[in-house]
Amino acid sequence: MATLSNTAVLLGKEVRTEFRSRELLTTTVVFIVMVVVLFSFTFDPTSSESRRFGPGLLWLAFLFAASLMLQPCFLREQTNDTLSALRLSVSDPFAIFLAKLIANTLFLFLTEVLMLPVFAVLYNVHLLAVTPQLALVLFLGSLGVAIPGTAFSAISAQARLRELMLPLLLLPLLTPVLIASTEATAALLEPNPALRKDWLGFLATFDVVFLTALWLFGEYLLEE
Amino acid sequence: MLKRGVIGAAVLFLVGAAAYASFYIAPEERTMGAIQRIFYFHAASAWAGMTAFLVCFLANLTYVLRRNQKSDWLGVSAAEVGLAFTTVVLITGPIWAHPVWGIWWTWDARLTSTFVLWLLYVSYLLLRNMLEEPDRRALLSALFGIFAFLDVPLVFGAIRWWRTQHPQPVIMGSPGSGLEPTMSKVFFFSVLAMHALMVLLLSERYRLEKMRGDFQELQREAEAR
Repeated sequence: MATLSNTAVLLGKEVRTEFRSRELLTTTVVFIVMVVVLFSFTFDPTSSESRRFGPGLLWLAFLFAASLMLQPCFLREQTNDTLSALRLSVSDPFAIFLAKLIANTLFLFLTEVLMLPVFAVLYNVHLLAVTPQLALVLFLGSLGVAIPGTAFSAISAQARLRELMLPLLLLPLLTPVLIASTEATAALLEPNPALRKDWLGFLATFDVVFLTALWLFGEYLLEE
Repeated sequence: MLKRGVIGAAVLFLVGAAAYASFYIAPEERTMGAIQRIFYFHAASAWAGMTAFLVCFLANLTYVLRRNQKSDWLGVSAAEVGLAFTTVVLITGPIWAHPVWGIWWTWDARLTSTFVLWLLYVSYLLLRNMLEEPDRRALLSALFGIFAFLDVPLVFGAIRWWRTQHPQPVIMGSPGSGLEPTMSKVFFFSVLAMHALMVLLLSERYRLEKMRGDFQELQREAEAR
């Protein structure tokens, strides 16, 4: 119970910090738009091609954006050594991870939802009819990105060349998420949209496995 | 010193015998011909590499729970040796694939997942280089190693669902699969030889890491004096 109330307080802090400046959200959205536009230059897609490549492209852009967006997550706690304060103030260190993880999932999900209309217009795909299903895919995918992402941002914050290290650690590990979310999104963009429950189940499994690992090993990541 | 020499010679002999067996004893495969013989190294190295990564995972887990330096040394040694064997797999694979499939590389399930596995452990070793303080390096890289190993079945599962072109598992695969008896004997002998080589490399690499650790310890003592 204490963990949950701690998490709620910390989550409030994370969300407040972000929405005071909205720095992270703005820069990430701009970054994704940039990637999506640049992609279209590289292979000049026709309408059927965008249906085929669009989902993969979109998820690649999300993944790259996430690997940048998750950088400051633990880094900004270093400036004034607020991480020690956080550690002292919670009974279970997992609460710190849980709060950051929920915040990161939320931010990622938000940027993705903001991106969808832009993507639909630029790549000429119809998303309106499948929005609720797509939201589910986006949510499970974002959670899958945010769980190892939050854990690794605690690791990379302590490494040299940390801006490079996080993508390097995160991207190969996220291969299963990339495949599953891309496949699930692609099925929704088909002329006869289908909700691929098998891939959603796979994403959920990924989320559960890594959430459990984070719960078990998270406290070691925060050791002094 | 003598002991190490004898063990080294024995492993060398074993690997040589496996090479002889796969070239001269194993029968020629009917459709693929001589190129199929690379399989005795390719698949055996893959198994040895996987064993090394398993050792790395266990060492990582032990380090996180017990904090003994030895586990850290074992972890990094196993990761490097596993990476070496996986590199052999990734090189011998295309050599085989080019005459048989007509292409060097395809984004098939097992090729791709082996490649991702390789990347994961490259990241593990890179991370170690980027962490200065020894205890911190040991702990954080061990934690990454645990996450990476947990990812392996998920990577394999996802990519397998996604697509498959690699020959279906011949050993312990579906009914109707299986090797010709002599081939099977030669194969398991190669697996044994490759594992012996893996253990030898692992123990040598471990010795090196231990010396490095001891040296740093002495250096710190000397500086403190």
